[in-house]
Amino acid sequence: MSSTTAAAQERPIEPSFLNNVGYLCRRYPLGVAGSIIMVAFVLCAIFANYVAPLDPFSTNAKASLAKPSDTHLLGADMMGRDVLSRIIHGARISLAVAMGATILGSGIGAAVGLACGYLGGWFDLLVQRVSEVMQSLPLLVMALVITASLGPSLRNTIIAIAIPLIPTVARVIRSNVLSLREMPFVEAAKATGMSEFRIAVVHVLPNTLAPLIVLATAQLGSTILTEASLSFLGLGVPEPYPSWGRMLSESAAEYVRTAPWLVIFPGLAISLVVFGSNLMGDALRDALDPRQRD
Amino acid sequence: MAPVLEVSGLSTVFHTRRGLVRAVQDVSFTVNAGETLAIVGESGCGKTITALSLMRLVPIPPGEITAGSVKVDGTDLLKLSDAEMRQMRGSKIAMIFQEPMTALNPLLTIGNQIEEMVLLHDKCSREVARKRAVEMLHHVRIPEPERRSREYPHQLSGGMRQRAMIAMALACRPKVLVADEPTTALDVTIQAQILDLIGDLQREFGTAVVLITHDLGVVAETAKRVVVMYAGRKVEEAPVEEIFGRPYHPYMQGLMNSIPRVGSARGLDVAPDERLQEISGIVPALNALPPGCSFEPRCSRADARCKTERPELATKAPDHIAACWNA
Repeated sequence: MSSTTAAAQERPIEPSFLNNVGYLCRRYPLGVAGSIIMVAFVLCAIFANYVAPLDPFSTNAKASLAKPSDTHLLGADMMGRDVLSRIIHGARISLAVAMGATILGSGIGAAVGLACGYLGGWFDLLVQRVSEVMQSLPLLVMALVITASLGPSLRNTIIAIAIPLIPTVARVIRSNVLSLREMPFVEAAKATGMSEFRIAVVHVLPNTLAPLIVLATAQLGSTILTEASLSFLGLGVPEPYPSWGRMLSESAAEYVRTAPWLVIFPGLAISLVVFGSNLMGDALRDALDPRQRD
Repeated sequence: MAPVLEVSGLSTVFHTRRGLVRAVQDVSFTVNAGETLAIVGESGCGKTITALSLMRLVPIPPGEITAGSVKVDGTDLLKLSDAEMRQMRGSKIAMIFQEPMTALNPLLTIGNQIEEMVLLHDKCSREVARKRAVEMLHHVRIPEPERRSREYPHQLSGGMRQRAMIAMALACRPKVLVADEPTTALDVTIQAQILDLIGDLQREFGTAVVLITHDLGVVAETAKRVVVMYAGRKVEEAPVEEIFGRPYHPYMQGLMNSIPRVGSARGLDVAPDERLQEISGIVPALNALPPGCSFEPRCSRADARCKTERPELATKAPDHIAACWNA
């Protein structure tokens, strides 16, 4: 309240870019670590041609099931293809599918949830019943049916994995909206003459961001694994394009004893992405909430 | 002077599973520009629903405004379409709420929220709206308005938030301001500041204020006229000096007797054994009102007639009406 003191007159110095980075590292060390992991994977995916030491498609009978060595840092698969190069190239498909499906599914899910929570009535009732039907089917079965009818391709894989996500996200957002709708600031916004649609977008939706981010980052991992299962069944992204999921699932049963590097390294890549995205998501949630800031 | 706000015969009901709840029945009052009308009564007597009815913010269904008119500058709000009503809200009639803690969106800066409000009603650029927001914060005496406008609600104290709410409500210079218990959640010194502020801005902008409160101290300080509500009905109305000097309705008398005086419990200026008077009993359920006077079960002066016949508002003194058989 004191406007007279010298302290209040003091203007905060505009922080420089480096100051900001330093602040972020101190405030969200885990989040920064997660972001570094994610950025590294995305860069690998974009510049796969330059980063990968060998051609991910060239087979070499002599190197079949080669152990990790100087030439094949992470070993080679049955056809003698370099595992490291395939993981780097596989980042393209795995990340595209994971991010694409998560963003698409969460986006549509959030919109549906917002509409349900805000409109209520018969619309809500109908959407809830439909989503119950969708949720009663296992994720993989749903995705299978969708890809089988659309045909295998990167785009269709993304769609097939995104659709089963919609009801899950919609439910969480709906329940959030139901309680937010009763908040006094929503009534106050009505008293200023704001339309219902604008209140939903300006006041309600941003307040559901925290659960949405947590949910979306948690889904990233399972989308990668769903893609793996689809690819394994021949309905994912077609061969010979490498994807982490397929590398893992193809070799898991046969080679886990004889050539464990075929299982460990793709699995490690998936775990790292899931780990990184969760750390980043948590920090992002905190950073986007003004109550958590200074 | 023609009244800015004219409410007549306002009735609001709620259709519930336990039957029809008559929350507001046949309430009428008028407020002139620059004047404050206080609506007093205890919890559950229809004050807030009256306020929400003025803004047409009663949830429909289960609520319904069944009768009456709410005229602002001659325009009957109850006859407007939803879109027209939205235009009126904020620009002609605005409201401030009891809870400054939760009545602001925690994720938007206060400057931003006032801007939104300005943009909604005035066709102006974001730049202009921004300036208006800062100017309004200055008006409500928030120090360093420029910097404060970039702060989030959680960074402000309760009093500051209520000031921001007032700034938002008055940003488009409404004719009528409905203040629903604006000081209840604040501590006493801040209460006085907020009331002074509302009074000053009211004089400056010529706003008519409907002040909803259960705090008679607040009423005595700010209001020109007082409406006393009980169980959804207006039971007494008079200018403030008149009603405090000579309350007719036993309910208003009871309310006044139930105000503690400093030192009374210690017997400093009153008899040592004097107990604070209360009005025994509670407000009757609004879906099961007694057939006679709704205050009858709690009234010390009730007789047989009060049980069967409901008293109408009658003039008891010049410019002073009350609804009681025995007053």
